[in-house]
Amino acid sequence: MTEFRELSLDDIEALAVGAWILGTGGGGSPYLALLNMRRLYAEGIRVQLMPPEVLADDDWVAVVSNMGAPLVGQERLTDSRTIARAVTLMEEHRGVGFRAIMALEIGGGNSLQPLMAAAHFNKPVVDADTMGRAYPEAQMTSVAVGNLRPYPLTTVDCRGLEAIVEKVPSWKWMERVSRKLCTEYGSIASTCKAPRTGREVKDWGIPHTTTKAIAIGYAVRKAQAKHDDPIEAILSVEPGKVLFRGKVVDVDRRTTEGFLRGRATLSNLDEDRDSRVAIDFQNEWIVAWRDGEAMAMSPDLICVLDSVAGEAVGTETIRYGQRVTVIALPPPAVFTTLKGLEHVGPRAFGYDLDYKSVFA
Amino acid sequence: MRRIGIDVGGTNTDAVLIENGQVVGAVKAPTTSDVTGGILDALSRLLATGAVANKPVDAVMIGTTHFVNAVVQRRGLIKVGAIRIGMPASASLPPLCDWPADLAKVVQGPIAMVEGGHDYDGRPFMPLDIKAIQRAARDMSAQSIRSIAISAIFSPLDPSHEQAAAAVIAEEMPQVAITCSSDLGRIGLLERENAALLNAALAELARHTIAGFERAIAESGLSAPVYITQNDGTVAEAVQAQRLPIYSFASGATNSMRGAAYLSGISNAIVIDVGGTTTDIGQIRNGFPREANSVVKIGGVRTLFRMPDLLSIGLGGGSHVSLDPLSVGPLSVGYRLTADALAFGGPQLTASDVGIAVGSLKIGDHSKVTHLNRNTCHRVLDHVRGMIEESLDHMKTEAGDVTLLAVGGGAFLVSQELDGVREVVRVAHGDCANAVGAAIAQVSGEVDQVFQNMTREQAISAAKRLAFDRATTAGADSATLSVIDTEDIPIAYLPGNARRVRVRCVGDIAAR
Repeated sequence: MTEFRELSLDDIEALAVGAWILGTGGGGSPYLALLNMRRLYAEGIRVQLMPPEVLADDDWVAVVSNMGAPLVGQERLTDSRTIARAVTLMEEHRGVGFRAIMALEIGGGNSLQPLMAAAHFNKPVVDADTMGRAYPEAQMTSVAVGNLRPYPLTTVDCRGLEAIVEKVPSWKWMERVSRKLCTEYGSIASTCKAPRTGREVKDWGIPHTTTKAIAIGYAVRKAQAKHDDPIEAILSVEPGKVLFRGKVVDVDRRTTEGFLRGRATLSNLDEDRDSRVAIDFQNEWIVAWRDGEAMAMSPDLICVLDSVAGEAVGTETIRYGQRVTVIALPPPAVFTTLKGLEHVGPRAFGYDLDYKSVFA
Repeated sequence: MRRIGIDVGGTNTDAVLIENGQVVGAVKAPTTSDVTGGILDALSRLLATGAVANKPVDAVMIGTTHFVNAVVQRRGLIKVGAIRIGMPASASLPPLCDWPADLAKVVQGPIAMVEGGHDYDGRPFMPLDIKAIQRAARDMSAQSIRSIAISAIFSPLDPSHEQAAAAVIAEEMPQVAITCSSDLGRIGLLERENAALLNAALAELARHTIAGFERAIAESGLSAPVYITQNDGTVAEAVQAQRLPIYSFASGATNSMRGAAYLSGISNAIVIDVGGTTTDIGQIRNGFPREANSVVKIGGVRTLFRMPDLLSIGLGGGSHVSLDPLSVGPLSVGYRLTADALAFGGPQLTASDVGIAVGSLKIGDHSKVTHLNRNTCHRVLDHVRGMIEESLDHMKTEAGDVTLLAVGGGAFLVSQELDGVREVVRVAHGDCANAVGAAIAQVSGEVDQVFQNMTREQAISAAKRLAFDRATTAGADSATLSVIDTEDIPIAYLPGNARRVRVRCVGDIAAR
């Protein structure tokens, strides 16, 4: 893959659907970011997608994401110029020019942030990210697993508030300090993370996740239009496995330490009514249990989908009675190493479990 | 208390008189295109029954789908000036940015985006730019704008910037109609603003229609005050309803649910209203419909405000039935049932024909459907039962069997034995449930905001006090107030044990 590709608006609509699925229950809805892209495309702006393989080793890549509370994002609507400013601020600070822009997180609304920034610069978006899904914290990325430098970071608030985290000793410190800034801004901030070289992206980035999200989105949209089974359509483009089909019979939600934690319980629709599956979440779906046994866990992607529409069901909105299908998608290889599991394996979320992949 | 309830539906205008809790008169008249004519007709029929006699009536409550139909059909709407307070945030997504083009063309007037608004914790986001609002008002005045919608970020938490802007505009443009998004509630700027814009677009239709209602009541010789029923099963005084017409968008379905609950004496149940083409399913809790917590699209516009949580499926008495492969609905013969259905000599097999064949529905000519054998009929009815069972389960909020109230002309399709249902109750006077629901409506107060640095109990009781204040301001008798709905959601990411609390209370209309 060495070809640049101009993204069509259809591609971006599909990306929004696929990214919401890769959000594994979290990551925030991409709707408002998608509205930004529709308007930018209506103005004639187009965004190019660049394969990571094309990057030169000494190219600089901006890694962007919006940080904060989804609730605040519903009132302070995401604006493409704010994320673009975070990128410019980093260029000014480092005195370098970025070759391209990349997503921190392909899951949820952050999948579209690099496109929104790129629209203002005539720079391409790298077809890669650092999570392959959504995760709640700064150290839960492939670049953190790779022990790459966690600083500097730029944060921007649309009122002209700009702050740079110049240096921190670890990714966990970056999480603490940047979270504090974000809270002070009103619990929302546009950020440009530590710049990455082309070499780093090729070594530690998770490749082709934008393309993957677009393919998943197209599969779902086409199945919806033809009234085909959207779950089968997803599995025709991704080597996933169906874990369970059923309905939600209970949701228990609580907020602790700034996370939305809880458990959704599902039961079988027809025969075998006694068989139940419970899925624990911490913003995202983390561990699925069947009759007390762990059946799937992070870093495997656990996706809960509306059985009829095929679209993702989020941990903030899942409710009793919904017909859902739970599928697992394979994790990026970088997270299945010993070091990777330290960052995003079950123990990173407080479960005393040895990682066992659905795909083993 | 003697009250008249009127339901202005798409086909019929129903009127009932309720005296000391009993239905003492019920009539139907055809709905007219001006709405008022149908009400006059229904009232004169009701007076002709002698039920009203010469005794005074305390109140007339009217439920109407007129305003939501106007949005869906894009008629009677005016251009709206939009003022968004919250710059420099959200600038790339201006008001009406996600509207269908045809509706935006009718409604979109000048747009002004100015600095101001609040943060989630009540801190001002930016100082309010009063001068910019004055400039916007002059510009809109020059363009002869007659209705303005104002939205500000986090206005459900702190409405003061919207209110200050409204005061400035009222000074510059004394005749203009003003809608503040904070009057419509919910967090979600775009959806709340959309609701405010729709409401503003209805300003003149609401003024004419409600003046027409009052004229019709006066012309019929009644001297009672007029109330308009709302989405949540409560009422607003005519002057208030005229200001917020979108609050009556779903009052037809709500009145039907509440009427069914009232007539059956059951206040916690799922209600199924089976019509000719569609079936509406909702849930009644403490006699009031459960609200939708998510975005509701109206005429293609995403909105978020007080609406009942309803599930509509394409199933009704007129639903087309195909036998191979077996399917029922969503196509329907609709109001042409008595011409197109088999039992009336028509060509189309409908759900009603199956009901007639098995004897559960006594209309039409039974001999025209005797060719439908028992097995076939039961296959169809089993299929319908499956459709209903699945929909009921969707509407439940927790496991366990429920009581089901069945109303509407197609209620014969609701089997007596349903999975997940404890008991199916068929309601007497079920065909006038909507008008009864209108007649029994009460006054409400609601709060939906984020509380911080409080225990859960403190937050809920603070919300309750605010809700009581609002209900009293809206005309409730404070001695009769009670909380009907409390919901609290912890908010991820926000510090200070932040919790969004929603409390709704109702009370009887205070004596004048």
